[in-house]
Amino acid sequence: MLRRALLPVRALVATFLVGAIPVMAAGANPLTAYYLMAAGSLGDMIAITEVFVRAAPLMMTGLAIAVAFRAKFWNIGAEGQLYAGAILGTLVAVNFPELPFWIHIPFMIVAGMIGGALCALPGILKIKLKVGDVVTTLMLNFIMVILTSYLVQNVLKDPFTRWPQSPPITESATYPILIPFTRFHLGIVVALFFALVVGYGLIEYTALGYEIKAIGSNEIASRLAGINPTTLTIKTAIISGSFAGLAGIGEVAGIRHHLIATLSPVPIGYGLTGVVIAVMSGLSPLWVVVVAFLFSIIINGSQTMSRLTGVPIFLGEIFQGLALGFSLLFLFLDQYRIRRVR
Amino acid sequence: MQADLISLGFLIAMAAASIRIATSLMYATLGEMLTERSGILNLGIEGLMILGAMTAFITTYATHSLELGVIATILVGVAEGLIMSLVYGRIGTNQHVWGVAFTIANFGLAYFVYRLYFGGTAGSLSIITPYAPARIPILADIPILGPILFEQYAYTYVAIILFVVFAIVFKYTIWGLVITVVGDNPAAADTAGISVYRTRYVAVTLGAIFMALGGSFLSIAQFNAFLFEIVAGRGWIAIALVTIGNWKPMRCLFAAIFFGFIDALQLRLQVLGISEITLAGTTVAIPFQLFLALPYVLTILFLLIASRRADYPTALLTPYRREE
Amino acid sequence: MSEKIVEMKGITKKFPNILANDHIDLQLRKGEVCALLGENGAGKSTLMKILYGLYHADEGQILIRGQAVNIDSPKDAIASGIGMVHQHFALDDKLTAVENLILGTKQARILLDMKGAKKEVIDLSKKFGLEVDPDSKVYQLSEGMKQRIEILKTLLRGAQILIFDEPTAVLTPLETRDLFKTIRALVSQGHAIVFISHHLEEVLSISDRIVVLRNGKVVGEKRAEETNEAELAQMMVGREIEEVSRLKGRKAAQPVLEISGLCALNDKKLEAVRNVSLSVRKGEIVSVAGVSGNGQKELTEVILGMRKATSGKVVINGKDVTNKPTKTIIQQKLGCIAEDRIGWGLLMDRPIAENLILGLHRSSKLSTKTPVANFLKTQEIKQYTQQLLTRFDIRGTDVDAPVKLLSGGNLQKIILARVLSQEPEILLASQPTRGLDVGATEYVHKLLLELRDKGIGVLLVSEDLEEILTLSDTIAVMFRGEIVGTLSAESATSEQLGLMMAGIKQPEGTKQ
Repeated sequence: MLRRALLPVRALVATFLVGAIPVMAAGANPLTAYYLMAAGSLGDMIAITEVFVRAAPLMMTGLAIAVAFRAKFWNIGAEGQLYAGAILGTLVAVNFPELPFWIHIPFMIVAGMIGGALCALPGILKIKLKVGDVVTTLMLNFIMVILTSYLVQNVLKDPFTRWPQSPPITESATYPILIPFTRFHLGIVVALFFALVVGYGLIEYTALGYEIKAIGSNEIASRLAGINPTTLTIKTAIISGSFAGLAGIGEVAGIRHHLIATLSPVPIGYGLTGVVIAVMSGLSPLWVVVVAFLFSIIINGSQTMSRLTGVPIFLGEIFQGLALGFSLLFLFLDQYRIRRVR
Repeated sequence: MQADLISLGFLIAMAAASIRIATSLMYATLGEMLTERSGILNLGIEGLMILGAMTAFITTYATHSLELGVIATILVGVAEGLIMSLVYGRIGTNQHVWGVAFTIANFGLAYFVYRLYFGGTAGSLSIITPYAPARIPILADIPILGPILFEQYAYTYVAIILFVVFAIVFKYTIWGLVITVVGDNPAAADTAGISVYRTRYVAVTLGAIFMALGGSFLSIAQFNAFLFEIVAGRGWIAIALVTIGNWKPMRCLFAAIFFGFIDALQLRLQVLGISEITLAGTTVAIPFQLFLALPYVLTILFLLIASRRADYPTALLTPYRREE
Repeated sequence: MSEKIVEMKGITKKFPNILANDHIDLQLRKGEVCALLGENGAGKSTLMKILYGLYHADEGQILIRGQAVNIDSPKDAIASGIGMVHQHFALDDKLTAVENLILGTKQARILLDMKGAKKEVIDLSKKFGLEVDPDSKVYQLSEGMKQRIEILKTLLRGAQILIFDEPTAVLTPLETRDLFKTIRALVSQGHAIVFISHHLEEVLSISDRIVVLRNGKVVGEKRAEETNEAELAQMMVGREIEEVSRLKGRKAAQPVLEISGLCALNDKKLEAVRNVSLSVRKGEIVSVAGVSGNGQKELTEVILGMRKATSGKVVINGKDVTNKPTKTIIQQKLGCIAEDRIGWGLLMDRPIAENLILGLHRSSKLSTKTPVANFLKTQEIKQYTQQLLTRFDIRGTDVDAPVKLLSGGNLQKIILARVLSQEPEILLASQPTRGLDVGATEYVHKLLLELRDKGIGVLLVSEDLEEILTLSDTIAVMFRGEIVGTLSAESATSEQLGLMMAGIKQPEGTKQ
């Protein structure tokens, strides 16, 4: 437990240290830059709510990947699952105008989860092929974005504007704003609920969560205990995909109010950042929330920092790569140390 | 319109375009094939390609020399390759995730340096004079084959030659044998006195150079600019292509060319404005997005098919440690 | 006496749990076959791996032709003229014979000179009776053929000293005969041969000199013509176990596990289990004695449903479970303590509690079924696992600690705790005390006897004769996939067993 707590901290420190190099190469003072990052995203109430807004999809994809990685299901396709969930959820949100919100919103959420789950299922190819999960889920990232782009220009086109977007989702399916004059929407609470309660509960307190951990730890021993690896992979794919799908729904129902093909940032979208968050959190749902907030601060703050120091905004992506690398490095070193001690 | 499709001129143009457009895929696939044959999975291809594209472009822009652009790319490939081989070779675990880490970091690095160099103009489209296709005289005058094969970029000729070279290396030389054995049974190589680590360092680093070069082709040959979406997933497709090509050089080459064909087809059909086909009396609308998605869909399909008889290096993804 | 070519002095090698080589001195001479005899774990393989550069000795010196050498890797060993024919062939199955052979030869220039290599291969193979088709793909070859390739590899690299590590383990009698012909040819050409084995008959037949190792030490050295099987068996195994304080088991009439006519193939598609029949009754410990590699692994895998039986039956409590899925077999109250305790039994990066409930996690005792999910009863689990720790005397840690920090003995206790808490009626224990210290071993033995007294049937697979003699009621000896004899423990002697384990069938009546 202590080691797990230490991992994000160590990785973060290392990232900030090494990350100072590109900052200095851009002619800025790292301390100033980091300060501005924090100030930019935590400077006032509105900024703080924006941190929450950004953290919501991050914690959902982070959670999705944390669950998958626990079972050694290498889900690199959270991005595609996000869009798939958004698509299916939007279909529900747009096509049922007359439902009361307490039916419509859960309905939409379920649709989003189903969309994400379906998109993750092809990943079970890993059972047959060594890179089966990585390549299929990854390809679906691109396919889903293209599909979204197609839909919002054809079948799901907004009749009122020329923007490539879906018709607006109905009132009853919109996540209400919880703090007036901000964008803090219900989806943020939904995300926190799923991460802290559903995700954590699943991993720590259910038999299924236990089996996921077991199969990721030792497949043979699990099989000898009566666990079926194939069924478990399928279940993991479904759960992981549905969490990522929820991230998509959150963006549509809470922020954009239309389906668009740019729900997730480029070049590194929520799906890939989710990998960073998951690994850095040691695959723990609780820490996923913490690290998600951390990266939300970094990503949001990068704009201000960049504007005021001239350091390119892409520092955030470099940080993500470094953070993931250092997390892996420290994980490796920890294991290596244990082996020598024994 | 549809008669146009099957004219000889069109077919020749398509064949030539397939090879041309496949070039960056060729480099990426070659690099990954080499890496995987030695037993390492490098998922950082996409990142290396974007880095190569950026490096080549900025160097060329700054020095007005395309050749220096290529050299700079190679140097970057070497540097990245050495870091990667240390990680993949010595750490060896979690190769998938390390690959993602490299990709993210390289994307960040590439965009960062580009933005730093060109300043903050959001979509600044600086351009250079790119490589032009290098027409080989006499050979290019051969009917049909000439325009297809001998009016390509120097990059393309080099790529194809490299494939042939590696096909020879793997079949006829000691180096190829060593790499193969290291990837199939590192213990066997070790007891034969071969350094497993060194072989993998070489394979990964060479692979990285090729991947970076693949990216550079995009910015200083195929296009004449560095666009943020220039790689468009080719790096990921290359991973599948290696499996589809069953880890054999010539097959990987043909797999790459086939995907080049799909890309070329998609471009052609868009340009021609084809949006519907008529089959047996019914007209069906084909959205251009379908063609856009085709390479990715086909990758999954082919991967499914290939999974039945995948002949992968037996020790792929298994880190090697002598039990001491 | 011919010339000394290798001298190993005071070689000591320590692994985390065990002293593998304890100040060993060994000499090898030209034109002589020196056998290294001993049971598994005696240290023979380790010693030779040090000579070949795969391991580094902690203490000691190696002299080749009188010169002290530093052998840091196989490359150095090869340069000193040492070659090794490994137990598990170091070949690339997907390539051809000549492709495997060409590695490290003079023909291995940049451009492979296949023709030259083939010629050299053919010449060498004729010289030493190692005919092999150079263009054949290795995965298609028989074990005997593959071994020839391994031998040729060493010769092509100019080996003067050849180490054979358990070479006959995978050969048919005919192939063994051919191997011996080859060895004699090599010897006549002046090569020094090391023959690592535990097969007494073969060792006596092929060696000039025999060095016996036990527990990492040299316990004796004899010339082959001056000794016999009985004496060697005695040296390998140690003194007779006089004080066997075991209570006679009360045997119930009906068998809990019945195996009849079982046959199975190993991973290389060779016959590993040949017509094995055994039965274990309630309250009985039946041991399968024998050195590892004689089919025991495959036998246990078939019983567990992890390997297909090609014929025969496995019946538990009257129910036929042959070739049924593992889950079903376990439901028949079969518990298993696997040979590879970590690889098959433990979740190394998880806490102790999670390891203890593996398999039981969905039981109504430890989880509540709801329509949403099966929730684990954390309180009950904590209590339950805590109790197990106490009951099995695992001290100094608690249920939330990571399991990987435990010692070997405690790890085995965790597995025992888990398996036994599921109350099996038949327990399959495979090498349960391998690598454990004296205290842990005693603990496990006590436990197994307790289980027997409670009426559980135990099938014990072990290569430790002391252990077998202490615990068993009935002993079946397995050699080359067959049961060469079954004895009642009271009448068995370690000498008898040693001989049977080495393949020498006992003429007297073997029925109980």
